[in-house]
Amino acid sequence: MSPFLFWIFALLMLVFGAAVVINRNPVASALSLVVSFLGLAALFMSLDAYFIGIIQVLVYAGAVMVLFLFIIMLLDLRAEEERRINWVASVGGIAVALILLIQILLVIGHFKAARQTFPPLAGSTIDDVRNVGALLFSNYNLPFQIIGVLVLVATIGVVLLSRRDPR
Amino acid sequence: MITLGDYLIVSGILFAIGFAGVLLRRNLIIILMSLELMLNAANLSLVAFSRFRVQPTGLPDYNVQVFVFFIITVAAAEVAVGLAILVALFRARQTTDLKDISSLRF
Repeated sequence: MSPFLFWIFALLMLVFGAAVVINRNPVASALSLVVSFLGLAALFMSLDAYFIGIIQVLVYAGAVMVLFLFIIMLLDLRAEEERRINWVASVGGIAVALILLIQILLVIGHFKAARQTFPPLAGSTIDDVRNVGALLFSNYNLPFQIIGVLVLVATIGVVLLSRRDPR
Repeated sequence: MITLGDYLIVSGILFAIGFAGVLLRRNLIIILMSLELMLNAANLSLVAFSRFRVQPTGLPDYNVQVFVFFIITVAAAEVAVGLAILVALFRARQTTDLKDISSLRF
């Protein structure tokens, strides 16, 4: 992928990711999250991970976002009124996040391999889905089934939790 | 040329944005969204390492992509359960604001 496209999509993802946090209106936050996830899917595809990129669009931009928007609609949340901002807590939170970011950047700065470009792949096209699938159903068959049970348990839990009368 | 470090820096900034969202916002839905941002930042750096570690066969390291697949599945289940808890909480308290949910506060 050309550097130009990489920076376009990275900037898109970061700006709308920040918009998720900054927006007062939950619906605007959810829609910013969709754009952020689409930019992230484009970055996955730029890394030749087409399967992960498609899964990202299907699961996040599709299913999870519908869930978020549906809950916002169901609870009828409006933009929160301007609360008195607790400046000490806000400045503290931003400071902690900034310190974390500086720490991450320092670690990346000391990481020698971070300055290398990506090595080329063998062919121009790769059979991404088949490779991931073969690994998933051979080496990682047991974790895959455990994940299936987890999703089933989560489904049952969600139904139980959101039942009106728990008796 | 784009290096591995560029992807890692973008991923780190996204993680910090999500972390700031969890710390700063008091709306539970926004906090769940910020959690998703952090999980996705981790996924981005994992996929970047997968592409960086090209195997002798000339293919990316697919073990990492299977791991990312598992993370996405668990994150989707987590969001579903979190939102169900949010709905149950809203029925009981008519609020999604963390400031109003302080019964367990010491």
